[in-house]
Amino acid sequence: MNLILIAVIVLGVIGLVSALVLYIISNRFAVHEDARIGQVAEVLPQANCGGCGYPGCSGFAAACVKAADAGSLDGKFCPVGGQPVMDQVAGILGLAAVASAPKVAVVRCNGTCENRPRNAKFDGAQSCRVQQMTGLGETGCGYGCLGCGDCVKKCQFGALTMDPSTGLPVVDEEKCTACGACAKACPRGIIEIRLKGPKGRRVVVLCNNKDKGAVANKVCKASCIGCGKCVKTCEKFEAITLVNNLAYIDAEKCKMCRKCEEACPKGAIHGFNFPPRKPKAEEPAQPAQPTETQTQETNA
Amino acid sequence: MKTFHIGGVHPAENKLSAGSPIREAALPKQAVFSMFQHIGAPAKPIVQKGDMVKVGTLLAEAGGFVSAPIYSSVSGKVNKIDAVLDASGTRRMAVIVDVEGDEWEESIDRSKDLVRLSDRPELDAKTIVEKIKNAGIVGLGGATFPCHVKLTPPPGCKAECVIINAVECEPYLTADHRLMLEHPDEILVGVDLIMKAVNVTKGYVGIENNKPDAIMLMTEKAKQYPNIEIVPLKVKYPQGGEKQLIDAVIGRQVPAPPAIPINVGAVVQNVGTAFAIYEAVMKNKPLIDRIITVTGKSVKNPSNLLARLGTPFQQLIDECGGLPEDTGKIIGGGPMMGKALLSLDVPMTKGSSGLLLMNEKEARRSEPQPCIRCAKCVSACPMGLEPFLLSKVAAMEEWEMAEKNDIVTCIECGSCQFTCPSKRPLLDMIRVGKTTVMGIIKSRAAAKI
Repeated sequence: MNLILIAVIVLGVIGLVSALVLYIISNRFAVHEDARIGQVAEVLPQANCGGCGYPGCSGFAAACVKAADAGSLDGKFCPVGGQPVMDQVAGILGLAAVASAPKVAVVRCNGTCENRPRNAKFDGAQSCRVQQMTGLGETGCGYGCLGCGDCVKKCQFGALTMDPSTGLPVVDEEKCTACGACAKACPRGIIEIRLKGPKGRRVVVLCNNKDKGAVANKVCKASCIGCGKCVKTCEKFEAITLVNNLAYIDAEKCKMCRKCEEACPKGAIHGFNFPPRKPKAEEPAQPAQPTETQTQETNA
Repeated sequence: MKTFHIGGVHPAENKLSAGSPIREAALPKQAVFSMFQHIGAPAKPIVQKGDMVKVGTLLAEAGGFVSAPIYSSVSGKVNKIDAVLDASGTRRMAVIVDVEGDEWEESIDRSKDLVRLSDRPELDAKTIVEKIKNAGIVGLGGATFPCHVKLTPPPGCKAECVIINAVECEPYLTADHRLMLEHPDEILVGVDLIMKAVNVTKGYVGIENNKPDAIMLMTEKAKQYPNIEIVPLKVKYPQGGEKQLIDAVIGRQVPAPPAIPINVGAVVQNVGTAFAIYEAVMKNKPLIDRIITVTGKSVKNPSNLLARLGTPFQQLIDECGGLPEDTGKIIGGGPMMGKALLSLDVPMTKGSSGLLLMNEKEARRSEPQPCIRCAKCVSACPMGLEPFLLSKVAAMEEWEMAEKNDIVTCIECGSCQFTCPSKRPLLDMIRVGKTTVMGIIKSRAAAKI
């Protein structure tokens, strides 16, 4: 009986002393975190994709709070959550959200099996990075898609799939958050994170080939040969530039008139999400929505 | 018998062309001289379209200290300077010459007479290195490191011996073997010249034991040179690796990078390079041709050809009986370290030691299976690395971990991949990791400055 009492008392005292020590230590060495960081992190999507440029969502939250203390959320954008999430973040931090146009990943290569014949077979480790080290890869094009799907493996949102019929990755615009993981994974830099455009409409040069016209023409039916016809068509808006034998459409300047698309002799320029064109009744083929005219070209 | 101490494998030797004497390949109709025939800065073209050139005319000068000039191996007219597909699989700058006749620069001595070092007492170390540099000589074993750089020891380092790499550990290749059988005297004079250039009194020639005729002949001829020792070595791949050869011949280990062979007092040169050095210094002939082995199990007539640089590979294959129908893969170099070619219009360069035509069955790579943790790759690695781990961290993009496990010391010999029972593409991934980590280290060093 006595023994039990002693045990209870001893354990009780040890417990009390330990509790006291823990209480003091937890008060003395408490880490004071800005409560807003937790609040901001809570509204973030928790994808931890790194698309914002910070290590995970908590890193981004801390950066937002720091930026808010400095006065502005400029340059901070969560591509996954998009504008609604940024509005919420701005609300928590008591600032006005910085408007940012939505973006989307664009695969700037149209070297399908049909357009770009395979003249070699790569049987090493199925990775674009490995294939890139062999030089041109399976086709004669040193700039086009390698087709091993490194970008697909990197996409956390299931927005990319390989199309077996073309051998090219396809972007699901609904799912794509423009986090940029695929663009970083591509050893040839084919994927561009581009402005989505009004109603998702955009004009892009679907080629990345910087070889001279003769070489580019030989390796792929849909390559940009740097002829500069699109540049001339777009003289008025100056949205198209030709660098290293490759045309590029500035999405900011593009008025979406789609004249370059018609002018391109190789069909390397593509308009996305435009309604089907009217039959050739009216000669100057006007796009259906003349109010929002924007032209974009990406390099092929 | 001597050999190196860590790892190594023994692939089937398949030296099909060992009995075939060196013969001269015909002149090409058009010769293509890539500006990227060596490690280091690319050469800078100094000729223009329409210029007439002779054999031995300078086409391009060295683009820096670690670089080498390029000479025309044919006479004719410069057709154009353009980007063409080369053996690396990419399009790079090259000078293209339309061949007309075969006119040589008069400064080149084309006689076959042997000139010994004792016949030319006026040659001093500086002159020799200068001549080698001007002749555009690079390491002819395949790595194509500019030769004069190795012969100019960095301050604080002193060479103690010269080691000549006559190992030819790559299966199939026999170019060095034939060279030793047919030009032993010239090679020994070349070794003498290298020894004089770096001011040492000891030279070794390491030859693998699968070339007994070459060992016998060279030992016989080397009796006239008391300072040169012929060292027979046990057959083991990759004995031709610089570090492995130093270990095998003089028993010293080169520390991890940035240490280089000169830090342990060794200067290593290939036997083909020694021959080229002889020709450059004694005969005034720049590096315009080399011996290349064209071989393969289905090739009608596996041969060793003395071909002019810039000759398209297609022509070399035609000289050996044409392209076999069952060809599955064509490799520039040997089967272990060579690179598959994308086209046969690719021209041969200073580093083309062989052209291997694999048949479909040989060429096929098996489907990779899961790692069974047998650690065969670890035992095979001549650098003492853990290839299974390195390939895994490279695939996971764990660059820090890769760096910590010394991925940059990998010599890319392929022993791990060769020995793997699961046929895993170990070297493929390690190469990606090595390149990335080297880039990271470089940018880190640049940030510090």
